Amino acid sequence: MEDQQEAVQNNSEGRKKEPLTTGADWTFDLIQQYDSELARIAKEFRLDTYPNQIEVISSEQMLDAYASVGMPLMYNHWSFGKHFLSNQERYQSGHMGLAYEIVINSNPCIAYLMEENTMAMQILVLAHASYGHNSFFKGNYLFRTWTDAESIIDYLMFAKGYISQCEEKYGVESVEEILDASHALMNQGVNRYKRPRPLSAGEEEKRQEERAEYIQRTLNDIWSTIPQQEKAAEKSTERFPKDPEENILYFIEKHAPLLETWQRELVRIVRKVAQYFYPQRQTQVMNEGWATFWHYTLMHKLYDEGLINEGYMLEFLHSHTSVIFQPEFDDRRFSGINPYTLGFKMFMDIKRICEEPTEEDKSWFPEIAGTDWLDAVHHAMKNFKDESFILQYLSPKVMRDMHLFSIVDNEKNAYLEVDAIHDDAGYRKVRESLAAQYNLGNREPNIQVYNVNVKGDRSLTLRHFMHQGRPLGDSSAEIVKHIHRLWKFDVKLESAEGNDVKKTISCPKESEKSRSGAIIEMA
Amino acid sequence: MSIIIDRRLNGKNKSTVNRQRFMNRYRKHIKKAVSEAVNKRSITDVESGSSITIPRRDLSEPIFHHGTGGLHQQVMPGNKEFVSGDRIKRPPGGGGQGGSGNGQASDQGEGMDEFTFNINHDEFLEFMFDGLELPNMREKQLHETVEFRTHQAGFTTDGPPDRLNIVRSLRSAHARRIALSGGTRREIRKLKRELREMEVQPGSMDKERADVIRAELKELNGKMKKLPFIDDIDLRYNNFVKVPQPSNKAVMFCVMDVSGSMTQEIKDMAKRFFILLYLFLQRSYKQIEVVFIRHHTAAKEVDEDDFFYSRETGGTIVSSALEMTRDIITKRYSPSDWNIYVAQASDGDNWEGDSSVCSKILVNGLMPLVQYFSYVEITDRQHQNLWREYETIQDGYSDTFAMQQIKTAADIYPVFRKLFEKKEA
Repeated sequence: MEDQQEAVQNNSEGRKKEPLTTGADWTFDLIQQYDSELARIAKEFRLDTYPNQIEVISSEQMLDAYASVGMPLMYNHWSFGKHFLSNQERYQSGHMGLAYEIVINSNPCIAYLMEENTMAMQILVLAHASYGHNSFFKGNYLFRTWTDAESIIDYLMFAKGYISQCEEKYGVESVEEILDASHALMNQGVNRYKRPRPLSAGEEEKRQEERAEYIQRTLNDIWSTIPQQEKAAEKSTERFPKDPEENILYFIEKHAPLLETWQRELVRIVRKVAQYFYPQRQTQVMNEGWATFWHYTLMHKLYDEGLINEGYMLEFLHSHTSVIFQPEFDDRRFSGINPYTLGFKMFMDIKRICEEPTEEDKSWFPEIAGTDWLDAVHHAMKNFKDESFILQYLSPKVMRDMHLFSIVDNEKNAYLEVDAIHDDAGYRKVRESLAAQYNLGNREPNIQVYNVNVKGDRSLTLRHFMHQGRPLGDSSAEIVKHIHRLWKFDVKLESAEGNDVKKTISCPKESEKSRSGAIIEMA
Repeated sequence: MSIIIDRRLNGKNKSTVNRQRFMNRYRKHIKKAVSEAVNKRSITDVESGSSITIPRRDLSEPIFHHGTGGLHQQVMPGNKEFVSGDRIKRPPGGGGQGGSGNGQASDQGEGMDEFTFNINHDEFLEFMFDGLELPNMREKQLHETVEFRTHQAGFTTDGPPDRLNIVRSLRSAHARRIALSGGTRREIRKLKRELREMEVQPGSMDKERADVIRAELKELNGKMKKLPFIDDIDLRYNNFVKVPQPSNKAVMFCVMDVSGSMTQEIKDMAKRFFILLYLFLQRSYKQIEVVFIRHHTAAKEVDEDDFFYSRETGGTIVSSALEMTRDIITKRYSPSDWNIYVAQASDGDNWEGDSSVCSKILVNGLMPLVQYFSYVEITDRQHQNLWREYETIQDGYSDTFAMQQIKTAADIYPVFRKLFEKKEA
């Protein structure tokens, strides 16, 4: 409403420019022109971006890009083929539409536009990806600390080359075995608290051999079989590693007793890729919210200046509305909270709180109410991740608007209980509960390397630190098998609540072991 | 400034390798799906691609996630009438736990426990015929080839004039002249240099010596001229060799019983079997001819339509068809040029006295000519008399004679596979 009024005012003052185009078809010239307009406006809003590389692709190419997790190049693996086939099938049968764009956290920031898009859609996508996501990648602290936009493409190139070399040398199957196992542990292959050394392809290649040799050498320290007499006896109660290690892939890469050098390198590659994607998993709401907020703001600005006409605006609003559509919990289409909706609403709300704070806002957000909204949203974008962002900025108004309520499902009870709703008594509880929902630590089971039986059978013990009594899913036994493939000695996975071990999965299974033991005894 | 790139011209089949990897990994599953598809198909579209369905659990990529149980807390949108403290009955199947908490498991799942994708015609055939081979093809290629193709194979020093290679001949003539005149030319160079030095320094001019040199030069030049420009030993001829060519022609005889006891259903099954064989041959041979012979009490060569759809009844004398096959082979398809395959389909119901005649024709006339003879008995009853007669033949020609029984349509593909299974070398 406001914006329309503004537009009318502009019009009456006669400052309005002519639209660059009104047709549905796009051309490279038009994209170029709109891009420079967007760049100008984005600058006014202090959006700091990597240089943009905009690539127009066909739908088949989009399917290809989907399959390789959006990256322009990726090593070969059957699972990417599987995703490709499943996407292709769903796309061709009409079950799935393709995304309008894919954007990659790299420098220059690569954004793919689909050739099927109309001109209006291309502008929307440019605003969303090349200015929204791009500035998020460059500004947000998680991306700044954890990923290296400069070198990711180089690194993937190195990885792809290295893996295909390994395939030539050792055969596709043996490479696949390691990759499969490592992929299963991808989520357990990131450092959550320590910042890793930045990736650099050149350095990576140069030091890869050195590292290989070094690892093999230091490995012997742990596995040294020469008895160290009394000292050893003292230490026998001490665990290795001393403190549980959260990065299982890292631990395997460094300490697995029987892996070949190239196998360690493969584990490392998977680990590095996982680390690269880690921030994206933690900032879904913010990242999408930020990009949606900016495409909304930039499109309105274009319209206000008269660079696009009503027709474009209607088309834009139509697709914007479907992007931020949130089905309600009892809707058949409901599949969780739409990150676009939540993020967009929250950023819009921050702007509102700054511009028109109510009494409620003033008491909830004294530090931003009535301040410059641009400062506030930039500050929020730079210094938070989903969990802390929600904890900090989710306002009662957004909770009311979305009718959020929190439900507790305790397996001990035969019923679900509504814990809190969008009312004075419940705001804080709902907010905490929603924030916790975006804490990866809660979402994913917390599994760490607990102990290695260094002096004995070399068995590896992992411990699942249970959160609120939640057990592991069914596939866990499969994954333990994968870990066994990498570790090659016995692997145990204990689910523990406090110090109380509730359940143990081992590979090879206890029953199998005793059988083979029996055979040996008989022999 | 942003860079805008048109990538549409780049290859779009980036995923081909990964797709191939996937197919190799799940070869077993795909093969199973293909063989099921073959059986379900109508006769006419055995050649198109197919959608392949694999149970999703067989190709899951497991990751650690929480199972059901314990204490879950979830925030959901769209509250209507709940107030805090309300208790709700737990929805069956843990439906309240969808959403962000479950990660991958839920966003792919959605009740789809099967993974479906498409393969194209070529891939379909590849999986269909994977592990099968045409019997006795290698022997044919090595021993009985009579077609030849001429290849150029280097040069010889002897040959008919029409094969003279001028470039090669002149090149060797040139080389010969250089080789033979080496000493003379060295001498000429030496004398010329001496003469030039004398001319440069007129003071030490020795007239006599100069004359001697000039005379010598003249003689040497004359000697050079006497070298023949081209000689017999310079001649080079193109050389051709004959390379035996494996015959890439095949003829397939479809022999079918159309007597009263063959119902349309049985004919359909036979047809499917013939089509499989035809597709299979097509993969191995450039040129295939198909001869349709149907018989009741008398045999007749017909076209495809008649073969499958015309209705005729009568008794059954199988030997008439075998005789006809033999005659056609000797008349039109010489075994030295053609790979001959005979596929016979029948319900096995032959006139009692004829079966022994059949085996005589086979042993004496037909078997030595053909690459492979396959007999399928399509019946759900017990083996008929023809089967028992043929069993005696099978012992003698275990390499080139095979027989199987088809009871239902579902047997066709497995039987086909059995007939053409790769034999351990």
